[in-house]
Formats: sequence, structure tokens, C-alpha cells
Amino acid sequence: MINLYPTKQFKLPIMAECISPDIFQGKNREEIEKLKIWEGNKPKRVRELFKVEGVKTGNQPEKTAITIYGDVSKVRGIGAHMKSGTIAIQGDVGMHLGEEMEGGKITVHGNVGGWAGSMMKDGTIEIHGNASHYLGAPYRGSSRGMRGGKIIVYGNAGNEAGAYMRKGLIKIYGNVGQFAGLRMHKGIIYVQKDCEGRVGACMTGGKIVVGGFLESVLPTFTIESIKKKVKIEENEVVNGPFYLFLGDLTENGKGKLYVLKKKNPHLSHYEKLI
Amino acid sequence: MELLIKNGFVYDPINGVNGEKMDIPIRDGKIVEKVHESKARKIDASGMIVMPGGVDIHCHIAGSEVNTGRLLRPEDHFKDFERKTARTRSGVGRSIPSTFTTGYRYARMGYTTIMNPSMPPLEAKHTHEELNDTPMVDKATYPLLGDWWFVLEYLKEGKIEECARYVAWIMTTTKGYAIKIVNPGGLEAWGSGRNVSSIDDQVPYFGITPREILRGLCKVNKLLNLPHTIHVHTNNLGKPGNYLTALDTMKCVQDLASDNKPAIHITHCQFSAFKGPDWRTLRSGAEEIAKYVNNHSHVTLDMGQVIFTDTTTMTADGPFQYTLHELSGNKWVNHDVETETSSGIVPFRYRRKSYVHAIQWSIGLELALLIRDSWKIFMTTDHPNAGPFTSYPKIIAWLMSRKAREATLNKINPRARNRSLLPSIDRELGFYEIAVMTRAGQAKALELKNKGHLGVGADADITIYNVNPETIDPSRKYKTVRKAFKQAAYTIKGGETVAKNGEILRHVKGATMWLDVQVSNPIEITDEMKRRFREYWTVEYENYPVTENYLEVSHPITVKANV
Repeated sequence: MINLYPTKQFKLPIMAECISPDIFQGKNREEIEKLKIWEGNKPKRVRELFKVEGVKTGNQPEKTAITIYGDVSKVRGIGAHMKSGTIAIQGDVGMHLGEEMEGGKITVHGNVGGWAGSMMKDGTIEIHGNASHYLGAPYRGSSRGMRGGKIIVYGNAGNEAGAYMRKGLIKIYGNVGQFAGLRMHKGIIYVQKDCEGRVGACMTGGKIVVGGFLESVLPTFTIESIKKKVKIEENEVVNGPFYLFLGDLTENGKGKLYVLKKKNPHLSHYEKLI
Repeated sequence: MELLIKNGFVYDPINGVNGEKMDIPIRDGKIVEKVHESKARKIDASGMIVMPGGVDIHCHIAGSEVNTGRLLRPEDHFKDFERKTARTRSGVGRSIPSTFTTGYRYARMGYTTIMNPSMPPLEAKHTHEELNDTPMVDKATYPLLGDWWFVLEYLKEGKIEECARYVAWIMTTTKGYAIKIVNPGGLEAWGSGRNVSSIDDQVPYFGITPREILRGLCKVNKLLNLPHTIHVHTNNLGKPGNYLTALDTMKCVQDLASDNKPAIHITHCQFSAFKGPDWRTLRSGAEEIAKYVNNHSHVTLDMGQVIFTDTTTMTADGPFQYTLHELSGNKWVNHDVETETSSGIVPFRYRRKSYVHAIQWSIGLELALLIRDSWKIFMTTDHPNAGPFTSYPKIIAWLMSRKAREATLNKINPRARNRSLLPSIDRELGFYEIAVMTRAGQAKALELKNKGHLGVGADADITIYNVNPETIDPSRKYKTVRKAFKQAAYTIKGGETVAKNGEILRHVKGATMWLDVQVSNPIEITDEMKRRFREYWTVEYENYPVTENYLEVSHPITVKANV
């Protein structure tokens, strides 16, 4: 098990794709300290920015668990491409957390920057604070979104959460910004609280569940029926009743948008169209 | 400065040298008879192949279209970037690398001369600015003239000589090298939302046909004595059944050829060799095209080989690009370039498991293998349309090794595999033929007198690949060959080693070649012409020409025309 402590308050963005259990695996403390890391446009070594501490644990497999203590909100790309192991962060963390990760688990006890879990294929990201924009969304310009895995946010999330999603699950227990599930093809997004609007714009498939207030549904969605409950994943069912909308018709989509009836009395005029 | 390349196996097809062990003496950037052996710097090339520097006849590397492609695709850049070093500049991009990176990557593969094939005359300044920033290679660019209003008007009136004088003017004005024709007539029709579907369709307003444009410009090309032939992207490109259009295009200028010289170059022929009524029943038309080309001497082709990868398609063929967007649903850019041409860009992924893409892959290789004379077909991917130029080593491996082809055949769509002609083709090319297809043939087709060969007086653009033809059998050890061609052991440009084993040793500026076409009676820039510019173009006449001081390293080639 490896503990990392930032040695100072970072002012420049830091590219730290080397902070990943797969890369730390099999390396001793000295070797980890020598790994290359970029601070702004200058190449540095890990030891110049972090204090590295190796902790021997009895029952856990050695060095596959990384814990970061402190504010690393300027540090980007932590856990990118990771395939196994765990990362725990006690503090805020920067952009591109767990980008293209293929397995393992990242837990953050703080807030997370943009593009968390961007293009991820498998694994789990658990965020106990808020997530910023583009949660699970692909890199700018790309249409290859999240292809598996699970992201759980206990706080709020920003705009375009789950854009271009192809598979997997995003659960947000707080509020979410605009354009949640933009152009998604498949997969599930669950928002327990309110949505800012334009949910599921241009979606062609998949499922979005809104358990809070949604000011309006896009005009390119049609009401299908009222459902009593919705299944989110194995052993997790949310009780409704929910309005079920289908869309987005601009893309000939067959996506499902569930909106909780109780919190959205202003949508009751749709009922006569069923 | 003297340099001597010793003991390499030399492949120099233009001078008929086929793998002989010999020394290449170089002085002041030129190949000479001999140098002082004691004084000259030596490169020991024993056990390696020595070839002239590579020549690429068709690759979209500069201009507004390429640049818009870069803007459209941030996701193409973010995984592939090169940091700056003491000698090189930084850059990004996989299928559409930034200008400097393009130059470095070509140099690493041993290419020293490249041709940018589509430049709307209106965007000439932008294109030359980017070419100035493309280091390590000599380059030239072809203006798009097939739908230029001046050409259409004079051809409509049947004034070939007048048309020739205007083409001579635009060639010198835009600092171009050859006449590029894209979907003749179709692009003008696209301005009003239409297209042409055969070479005998009428072009709206002008009332002429693609056949007349092709024949007219072919005659113009001959009158002006331009070094290259007309460079044609056929009508109906990328549509099932279009191999007939490609054959019609070749046939329509058959009688204009003389002295066994080529009269037309059909570019990225793979995209024009589809047989069958629709996509589901698509077949390869390579056999028919190869048969025609084998029996006629007035045609040269390039492959436009599909690579299974994510790439960006960009052509001046606006209607085709729109169709491609409709087919793929990908993001797109489409543009009508005023009175000159159109253009479009769509990102595209060629998949092994797609029937159509696998057939396309097969067509490119079938063309290259079924056409017996390697001097008639050249290796390209129509970078970046069918794949990035960095994939050339893969194509070399497929051409040289049946085993390499089978390895890929086993991975493609089974229905496409059953219909492919490749399993029935045993031909495997040797290093000599590869040298023809990648440098000598292209230099000959472009009539670049000092490029593509290693005779006395030629530019000292030389590539050394670390593969021993005596011990390595390319048909079995195709991976070794692929690796060698990916990274030249030495790339020598103008007598200086610019790249060695993938490392750029020196940042050199390449020259921009252009034609100074001298006609006996050049056109006069009348007030009427300026008025037309004011009326139909977004730029005034005064801002249109590219002056010579715009080019950082200018290399004019004087051509005496017959008009």
C-alpha cells in the first residue's frame, strides 16, 4: 500500500497519469519516487511533488492500493488507463480522473474536476463530493463515450453528464446540470434529485431516470405511458410512478426518459396524450 | 561537402539498377560520378537497401481543407502528440498531423518529395503558408481547375487555346504544379444542390458535360506541355457500380494520348472500382480496371489503399462527402468554394468486420497486384482519406507477402473474404517493384527530372532501409520488412542526413516546386476580369495571386507552352 502526500499547494496543472496501481505495481518506494510527472511544461519526478510512503499491510496484496491525502485539485489524469487495484483520495481531485480506466476502483472523499471517468470501459468510480462537467463523457470532439463500468456521485454533477454513453451506469444522488445523457446510445443514468433541463438531447437509446424536478421535457420526446417503478441495476429498483417519454425524435431515437410524477405536477398535461 | 554511401544494395529502377551492390557518391547535394574517397564522409550501408527518397503523388497535407479537418477533430490529436526537442517542433495528430509533424513523419519513413493534390485557387495563399511550414520534404500542389468558371466558360465556347492561356496564368498565379480535376461538373452542380451521375450528364447553366471538361483540360495539358498529366478524381466516386464511370473516364481521353505517354492519372482508384448495384452486393471492379490498364498505355493510377483504422476523409467532392455523412452519421463540414470548387470533411472509421470496408481494402491490393506494370500504379492511401500515410509500411508488407495478406484476410468480414480476389493472386512484389511504386514511378509520372533516381546529376535525396535482401525473404519475414520501412535507417535530403533510425537530426526547409508556364501570348488582366472578380469572388483581383516571395524556398520549373 502506498500513501502519497502533496508537498505543497500546487499552482500549476500537473499531469500525473503515472499515479496508477498498474504502474506502481512491483516498484519499490525509490522507483515510484523516480517516476516522471509533468508540472506545467516542466518534467519533474514524483518525489519533487509528493511525499511517498510505503505501508506494509498483512492481508492486502501489496502496492495495488494507493491513498492520496490532501488537495490534489490541480492534478490531472490520476488512475488513467488503470486495470486493477484501488485508489482512494482524501481531498479534491482534478480533471480526467480515471480516464479510459478498464478496471479497479477509485474512491474520492471530496470534489472532482471535469471529465471524471471519461471514456471508461470498466471499473468503479465513487465520488462522495460533487463532480464537475462532462462526467463520463468522451474527450472533446470524440463520439466514443463510456463503454462500461459504474460511476456513483453522492453530490451534484455538472453539465453533459454521460454524453455519448454506450454502456454502463451513472448514479447521481444529487442534482445534475444541463444536457445529461446528451447523444447517449445505451446505458443508464439515474439522477435522484433535480435536473437543469435538456435531458437526453439527441439520445438514440438507453435510459435516463430523473427522481427530482425537471422543468420541461424536450419537445422532441413523446409520452409513452406511466410506469410504477424502474430498475436501475441488480437489486436496485426505484419506486414511482414515473412518466415514460421516448426520444429523441430528431435522431429517430428510442431512448427512455423516466420522470418522477410526484415531483413534476406541471407535466401532468402529458397524461391526456397517453 | 562530400558524402559516400558505401556497399548498399541499390534499387534505382529509372536507371535499371536492381539490387546491385554499389557506392553512391554525393557532392553539394547532387549525385556525382565520384568523390575523393579519403576526404568524403562515409555511410556504411552494407547489408542495407539504398533507394531514392520516396515520392508521394497524392496526399492531403496542407490547405484550408486539411486545416478545417484539424479543427474538426480534437480527438484525433489528443492521443498522438510529439513534444518539442532541441531540433524539432512540437505537434499533434494521427490522421491529420500538424504541418511540422507531417514533415518529420515523412522524413522518418524515408520520403523526400510529396504532392498536395487539392488546392482551390482561392485558398492558394493558405496552402502555401502551410507548405512553407512543412519541413524536411520538397513539395508541390495541384490547383483544382475542373470546375473553375473560366475553364468551364472557354470550354463551353470551344476555345481550347484561350482556355490554355488562362490555365497557364492560374498555374503561375497560384504556384501550382498540375491540373487537378475532381468530379468534373459535379462540383459546379453541387453549388445548386445537384450532382452529375455520368460523364455525359449536363452541368447546370454551363451546358457542357464532364466528358468535355476532361477532354478539354487534357488537350490544354498537352498544349501547355505540363510535366504531369491531368490528375483526375472521377465522377460517381464512392458509389456502387462506379467502375464503369472510371473506365469511361479513361476511355474518353484515349485518342488524345501520343508517343505511348500517359494522358490521364486516375487517383485513389480504389474508390472508383466498385462493382454491383448496391452496397449489399458490392463487388470488386479491380479486375476490369486492371484489364483495361494492362492493355493501354495512356493511364496511370494510384491505389488509395484502405487501412483499417480511424481516419478523416476530406476531398473537394462536396456531394460525395455529404453522402458519406448521411451513411455514417458522423460530424461533417461541407463548403462551396465560390466559383471554383467545393469541399467536405467527414471523420470515418474503416472496420475489418464491415463487408463494404473489407471489400474496399481488397480492391486496393487487387488493383496493385493485377496491374502487371508497376510503372502504372503507385502506392498511396490518399492520405488521410483511406488511412494516414504512416501506414505505408503495412501496404508494402501486404504487397510483398502473400502470407501478410492472408493474415489480414483471416481477420476480415467472412462474406468479403469469400468474394475477395486476393486468395487467387499469388503475385508477390520484390524490392525493385516497391521502389517503382513508391518513388521511381511516381517521379516519372510527375516528370520530376532530379527526383526518384540515383543517376549522376540527380538530387541527393536518398533513403537507406535496414533490411538485407540477401538474407531476408520478404514474403515470409514481412514483419521485418514492415519495421524497416517504418523507420528508415538514414534519410538523406540534399546530401545531408536529416533523419537516422527515427530520430530527426536536422530541421531542413524543403523547396516548393511550381510551374512557370511561358506562353507566347499571355492573357491580359483587363478591367472586365477585375470587375468579374469584384462581382463573383470574395477577394479582389489584387489579393488573388500568390507572389513568389510568398514561398520561403521557391523552386520554379520553367515550361515552354505551345500556345
